[in-house]
Amino acid sequence: MSSIKDKEKQTKPAVSRRGFLGGASVGGGLLATSLAVQEADAQAAGKLSGLGEVAITLNINGKPTNLAVEPRVTLLDALRHKLDLTGAKRVCDRGTCGACTIMVNGKTVYGCSVLAIDAVGKQIATIESLGGPGKLHPVSAAFVKHDAQQCGYCTPGFVMAAKAFLDKNPNPTREQVQKGLSGNICRCGTYVGMREAVLEASRSMRNA
Amino acid sequence: MPEYSWPPMNKRAVMGKSFDRLDGPQKASGRAKYSSDLNKPGQLFGVFLHSPHAHAKVKSIDISAAKAMEGVTAVRIIAGPGAELQWAGAEVAIVSAVREEIAKDAIRAIKVDYEILPHVVQEQDLSKVGSRAKAAGEQVTGDPDKAFKEAAAVIDGQYGCPVITHCCLEPHGNVVQWTGGTVNLWPSTQAVSSIGGDLAKQLEIPATDVKVQMDHVGGGFGSKFPSDRWGSEGAKLSKESGGRPVKVYLDRSNELTIGGVRPSAFAKIKVGANADGKIIAWQSESWASGGVGGGGMPPIPYVMTKIENFRLNHTAVSLNAGPARAWRAPNHPQASFLTCSALEDLAAKLNMDPWDLFHKNVEMSARPEVYRKQLVKAAELMDWKKKWHPRGAETGNIRRGVGLGMATWGGAGHASKCKVSINADGTIEVEIGSQDIGTGTRTCITQVAAETFGLPMSAVRVKLGDNAFPASGPSGGSTTIGGVSSSTRKAAVNALEKLFERVSPGLGVPADQLEAVDNKIQQKGNPAKGLTWKQACQKLGVDRISEMGENVPAQAAKEGLNTLGAAGIQMAEVEVDVETGIVRMRKMVAVQDCGLVVNPKTAASQVYGACIMSICSGLMEERVMDRVTGHVLNDDMEFYKLAGMGDIGEIVVHMDITPENDKRGIIGLGEPCAIGGLAAIANAAANALGVRVPMVPLTPDRVLAALSSDRRNA
Ligand code: FES
Ligand code: FES
Repeated sequence: MSSIKDKEKQTKPAVSRRGFLGGASVGGGLLATSLAVQEADAQAAGKLSGLGEVAITLNINGKPTNLAVEPRVTLLDALRHKLDLTGAKRVCDRGTCGACTIMVNGKTVYGCSVLAIDAVGKQIATIESLGGPGKLHPVSAAFVKHDAQQCGYCTPGFVMAAKAFLDKNPNPTREQVQKGLSGNICRCGTYVGMREAVLEASRSMRNA
Repeated sequence: MPEYSWPPMNKRAVMGKSFDRLDGPQKASGRAKYSSDLNKPGQLFGVFLHSPHAHAKVKSIDISAAKAMEGVTAVRIIAGPGAELQWAGAEVAIVSAVREEIAKDAIRAIKVDYEILPHVVQEQDLSKVGSRAKAAGEQVTGDPDKAFKEAAAVIDGQYGCPVITHCCLEPHGNVVQWTGGTVNLWPSTQAVSSIGGDLAKQLEIPATDVKVQMDHVGGGFGSKFPSDRWGSEGAKLSKESGGRPVKVYLDRSNELTIGGVRPSAFAKIKVGANADGKIIAWQSESWASGGVGGGGMPPIPYVMTKIENFRLNHTAVSLNAGPARAWRAPNHPQASFLTCSALEDLAAKLNMDPWDLFHKNVEMSARPEVYRKQLVKAAELMDWKKKWHPRGAETGNIRRGVGLGMATWGGAGHASKCKVSINADGTIEVEIGSQDIGTGTRTCITQVAAETFGLPMSAVRVKLGDNAFPASGPSGGSTTIGGVSSSTRKAAVNALEKLFERVSPGLGVPADQLEAVDNKIQQKGNPAKGLTWKQACQKLGVDRISEMGENVPAQAAKEGLNTLGAAGIQMAEVEVDVETGIVRMRKMVAVQDCGLVVNPKTAASQVYGACIMSICSGLMEERVMDRVTGHVLNDDMEFYKLAGMGDIGEIVVHMDITPENDKRGIIGLGEPCAIGGLAAIANAAANALGVRVPMVPLTPDRVLAALSSDRRNA
């Protein structure tokens, strides 16, 4: 394993922890180990290893963005701490809650479970790529309409997960929505509004 | 004396109508900035070293290696030699560094020598806690022994609910900067107006020197009132680092370990009743723990407080575990669960439908009529009479059952001050030192102001989340909506009177004959004689009107703007697989009495959310302590389980919005709806299974154990 490219191939499944979890019921120990392995792998990955920060370029929301991170820094922390893209939240920090959901190469990913250096060369999309308050994405708008948020801390993650889900399942049933969004957790208990919001967004996106 | 009372229900244009929450677009687009999202220029990261032992004394601590690390700006010892640590996770030291990763490395470089002391972390078996138990003394009323002898039926049960955590998604923490004579605090708090004073005390500086600002908070549920170590230690790190801002947030493990818990509650309960189901005797020995300080005493018997003969004993257990903090309706969900479980068992013993037993015995509550009505409404929405069956009637592998739980709460408004200004361009500004913890406070305040001025919501700007604004109480105990609505109303009425005085001469109408409706100021009932709102405000020229309003709790009942006393009935229908022990929700019904509801939409969200929190605590949520290490075993979100979207079944919320309730004034809603669900779910499972699962959450192991002990006893 001497280059980033090799590493990409090897760790591909780990990039989508959501898919990983979907396939098997895995304990936290294994997840933690997998992250530790990624960390160790990264450290060993040639130029990007060692202590201290390294310069990388990430393609975020359609723009190449230069930043410096330690190889052990997650994509989520890089977005939040280095680039002030704070829509994705850090909650469990180990791939359980979905608050950090972003898209990498068109797939939803838990930003807390990917290293920033592993995202080099990939297309990263955060919730900031969707419309702001004045020009809401249909999913965000449906969340507002159905009051699918209280404290709102889980909301950006849910919005991203819902958008990605609807991109793949434009006309879902209620049951499919529940299953499709089971990778995210809301503590305030806004699921009733969310179910309605996602169904409504699916209608408005199809009619758009 | 100005007329502050609410306009009649049928005359309101804005209050009582459903509006989307105003900060919804910010939040749903990921643009809302929580304090944990802030990246201040030059910001450092603060990380705690936490105690790895549940009970220990610090013998020595060496921070020299940490201090010497490149990128570390300050290291502070919190627990020096001799300090006793009472729970795993207790803060021992804190480091600030230019990057979070470096701060974490530095924490690892701190060497601490501990003297390990014996710990106790489990309280379910009271016989094993030894000297950690502290009895509260016996309370006796009437003659319980005689009454039990005369009773037609007596049940003897044991019930328990474990410690649960708040698990706020935004962890506890803050960004803080101490530079020159000023401390700037960007907290995650439920108490914007008081947290600055708390911090000032800890730092021994004048309260005037602490500036607090917060736009949003990612969940609190009662756990975010005080200024904590992250505030005081963060501030000191900042000062020692030349005044650079420091961001300190707990990671998930520590959030679940020290971020606050709801005390457990266990009880052995004996209840006796006449053959017709009337309860005549109650005896309970309860125990609970919420950490070293013991823990809450659940108010049992709950709701049915007028039982004639009872004997109560309670024991507080001190544990070496993270301390309790208020948790949405402190002690009430536990009390409701203990009481309603025992009553359901009593009904089973009497071969009675528990609905009938509850219906009969609410006579012994403070508000029998309200509960009776709610029981009828809830039964209708649940289709109770059709779904309920005697225990044991379900015999297949998949068994269904229904259960109910009750709630009572106060919810009167807290002390609150508010300033309302009318600008010459017609816009309204409301300044209030409150916070919107996700309940829709911003939106409701806007509605109250808009209603008072006869304006659309868009004319009003509400500014909150800053301790420079007039002080308003912390958001706890369901007191916010009553407090802020009343102070806003009074400030708005006062401001409007001033505007009336300005325009009165020009209109030739006495000020007390004017009203503000539909974007106009006009003679009462006479739209022909008036000005548009804009024209009226233009008369202010370069001036602006600013008036204060205040809610004083002791006077509030007299004024009628807010009051207390909420009742609720919740019902649950579950389905249990007796082969796997898995309990699934089918349906929940919540009937909630409330006074004047400002925004039915955000109010209903509160109730839906509370039902879902009850599902979490009823089916999956539990802090698990390791007896040997004294650690929280499930200090993560894989094993500290919360419900997902697919776990909740159908939920039906019925808000009792009626003219008679409306006349009572505003009553808080956050707690009352978070109480009865736990009991309802536990009772539904007992109904489905034909046997009581004594302890929640109803995990498969507990369900299967209850079934097999039932088979052994049969
Ligand atoms: S923070 Fe990434 S999944 Fe929870
Ligand atoms: S809205 Fe608070 S966690 Fe989902």
